[in-house]
Amino acid sequence: MTRAVITHGPRPGVTTHLPEVDMRTSIANLDLPSPVLTASGCSASGRELDQFFDITQIGAIVTKSIMMNARSGRPTPRMAETPSGMLNSIGLQGPGIDSFLDNDLPWLVARGARAVVSIAGGSVDEYTRLASRLRHVSDIAAIEVNISCPNVESRGQVFACDPLAAAEVITSVRRNTAPGIPVLAKLSPDVTDIVAVARAVVSAGADGLSMINTLLGMVIDTDTMRPALAGVTGGLSGPAIRPVAVRCVYQVHAALPHVPILGMGGIRTGLDALEFLLAGASAVSVGTVTFNDPSAPARVARELAVALAERGFDSVGAAVGYAHRLPEPHSMPGGAVAVHPETAVPPVADSEIASGVEG
Amino acid sequence: MAWQGKPGPLQVTGEVLGLRRAGDYHVLTLTAPGIPELTKPGHFVALAVGGQSSSMLLRRAFSVHSVQSRGVYGGTLDIVFAASGKGTEWLAKLHRSDTVDIVGPLGRPFALPKTPVPCVLVAGGYGSAPMFMLADALRARGCRVDVVLGAATESKLFGVLDAKRIASTLTITTDDGSLGERGRVTDVLPGVLTRTDADVVYACGPMGMLSAVAKMATAFGAYSQCAVEESMACGIGICMTCVLPVIGDDGVTRMVRSCTDGPIFRGDRVRWDDVDTIPSDALGAPVTKGH
Ligand SMILES: Cc1cc2nc3c(=O)[nH]c(=O)nc-3n(C[C@H](O)[C@H](O)[C@H](O)COP(=O)(O)OP(=O)(O)OC[C@H]3O[C@@H](n4cnc5c(N)ncnc54)[C@H](O)[C@@H]3O)c2cc1C
Ligand SMILES: Cc1cc2nc3c(=O)[nH]c(=O)nc-3n(C[C@H](O)[C@H](O)[C@H](O)COP(=O)(O)O)c2cc1C
Ligand code: FES
Repeated sequence: MTRAVITHGPRPGVTTHLPEVDMRTSIANLDLPSPVLTASGCSASGRELDQFFDITQIGAIVTKSIMMNARSGRPTPRMAETPSGMLNSIGLQGPGIDSFLDNDLPWLVARGARAVVSIAGGSVDEYTRLASRLRHVSDIAAIEVNISCPNVESRGQVFACDPLAAAEVITSVRRNTAPGIPVLAKLSPDVTDIVAVARAVVSAGADGLSMINTLLGMVIDTDTMRPALAGVTGGLSGPAIRPVAVRCVYQVHAALPHVPILGMGGIRTGLDALEFLLAGASAVSVGTVTFNDPSAPARVARELAVALAERGFDSVGAAVGYAHRLPEPHSMPGGAVAVHPETAVPPVADSEIASGVEG
Repeated sequence: MAWQGKPGPLQVTGEVLGLRRAGDYHVLTLTAPGIPELTKPGHFVALAVGGQSSSMLLRRAFSVHSVQSRGVYGGTLDIVFAASGKGTEWLAKLHRSDTVDIVGPLGRPFALPKTPVPCVLVAGGYGSAPMFMLADALRARGCRVDVVLGAATESKLFGVLDAKRIASTLTITTDDGSLGERGRVTDVLPGVLTRTDADVVYACGPMGMLSAVAKMATAFGAYSQCAVEESMACGIGICMTCVLPVIGDDGVTRMVRSCTDGPIFRGDRVRWDDVDTIPSDALGAPVTKGH
């Protein structure tokens, strides 16, 4: 009986018999050697993290959202630690696009890392101008459009919370971006219907979706009895938000199964990353956890490879959306033996069953 | 870092060799393979707290108090801390052989004078932690070192005996008069600066103290080096939480990261009165919203 049961592979830490997993993935026409990327605002422009791991080995560095002009951001305190997370109100501090293109991007490119450039604007026009500035810059892997910004022309309404405004930004960025460069729209979870926003930006030409950005939150300091952040509210991130993020990815993948998703929100381990793949993400970003462990993006990628192998997946692609498969009519206890709905390939190869028995 | 053989901060697993009380503070001795050799006075380390699956995600920053590059345990370092919150309380409960994830050395160290000039070291509370390594380095260069230590009360002074050993003179103040003179370091500093004719003032302590010391140093025509303490989420320069307004060589005020551009700053360059604000003439001000 035990022989027939496919376990979750060898004991943790015993990985010698695991087969190779093809870790390559793609987001639209962007091919990546690894499905693990950094998250915007959690890796600056890659230089600092390169001290802790080889940034050319991960999927890509997603750079801090850049705006047209230099920006000083919000006053401090800008952060508060929360249970398994943190609240931040950095206020998009940055040097502006010219300095970014003169200093940060060339370093990243010379280093041989893939650069997903995140842009942010206060108006549709600002996004358009940013896209135009990037149009003739070679060596960008993709553009991620941070639309979780208030629209100064619409009483500060956040673009990402209004499907029409979000679509307007994406239409313009797509139109002003070189055809081969994927445009990813970064969605906010602070909406009643994330699928509606996803559909709107995809119709507007987004080649993929990054999700999720932070959730709006607040902490009150019980000593001063005032808001803990100078900005009063801030964005909540870290493992605390992971279930919300997984839900968002799952819902959007169910509605738009062919749209590539870069999943993020509280990824700390390889298993966390696997959750996002199973929910429908083709790649993931590791954000806040990098503050805890500066080598996290590289570590998560290693752990994910093991987690995939242990479950009999021979590639990242085979796991994408796997949680959406139909219920198995004759599923065995502990066993994942159904046929993948999209690839029609059994997720567990024969050799796996053998090694599972040994383990 | 090590993976490419470049100098820079390391991430290592440290082992607790000892934890002792010193007045109201705790002195933690950790193995930290590779870090002691790289550490200069004023550097800090960032410790992960709460273990592998801790719900406290953010690292805690501590000045390096002392290092030992070689010995039975290889390189070790000491930090001095006050158990003031969840993370430091966790550190205060560590036992011998427990492990702690350490990133360091971080930040820019104290700048040292090239010639043997008189220096005054001013510290508030646990701010004296990095001052002993600094004093050793200064004395090795032939500098005269005078020390001023201050705290709310005697048990919040750290390193009085060591300070006596290394300093030409030691002046102590406590708010309650329990040791030394009753009052603040800034009450006695003018006298010390006059008496020693100091060229450089080094300061570490609360922001209010740093601000006052920096202004006093400038008024006395001395150069100052201040170790600031801003809330930090990462300690390595990737999050932008730790900024403060600092005037650059070009005269422009920027919101700079205290973890990578500091924590040691020239006292005359920090806009002390504007800390926790964005001065309207700072590069990129004023602020609009978005996170
Ligand atoms: C460069 C530098 C050097 C430091 N050196 C020392 C030292 O030698 N000895 C010592 O006792 N303390 C030192 N501190 C302060 C120390 O980092 C905090 O006391 C500690 O982070 C508090 O953690 P907690 O979990 O106990 O408090 P909590 O209040 O639970 O911490 C919550 C969050 O706020 C941050 N935080 C809270 N207080 C401070 C603070 N004062 N400074 C920076 N971040 C803070 C923490 O990092 C954490 O992210 C230093 C800080 C910096 C920036
Ligand atoms: C300090 C900080 C700064 C951030 N800055 C940006 C940013 O500039 N642009 C952006 O699109 N997202 C930004 N984010 C959001 C992250 O990219 C990510 O979407 C979110 O934090 C969820 O992932 P995580 O839980 O892994 O951090 C920031 C997050 C943090 C914590
Ligand atoms: S603490 Fe993160 S940038 Fe300084």
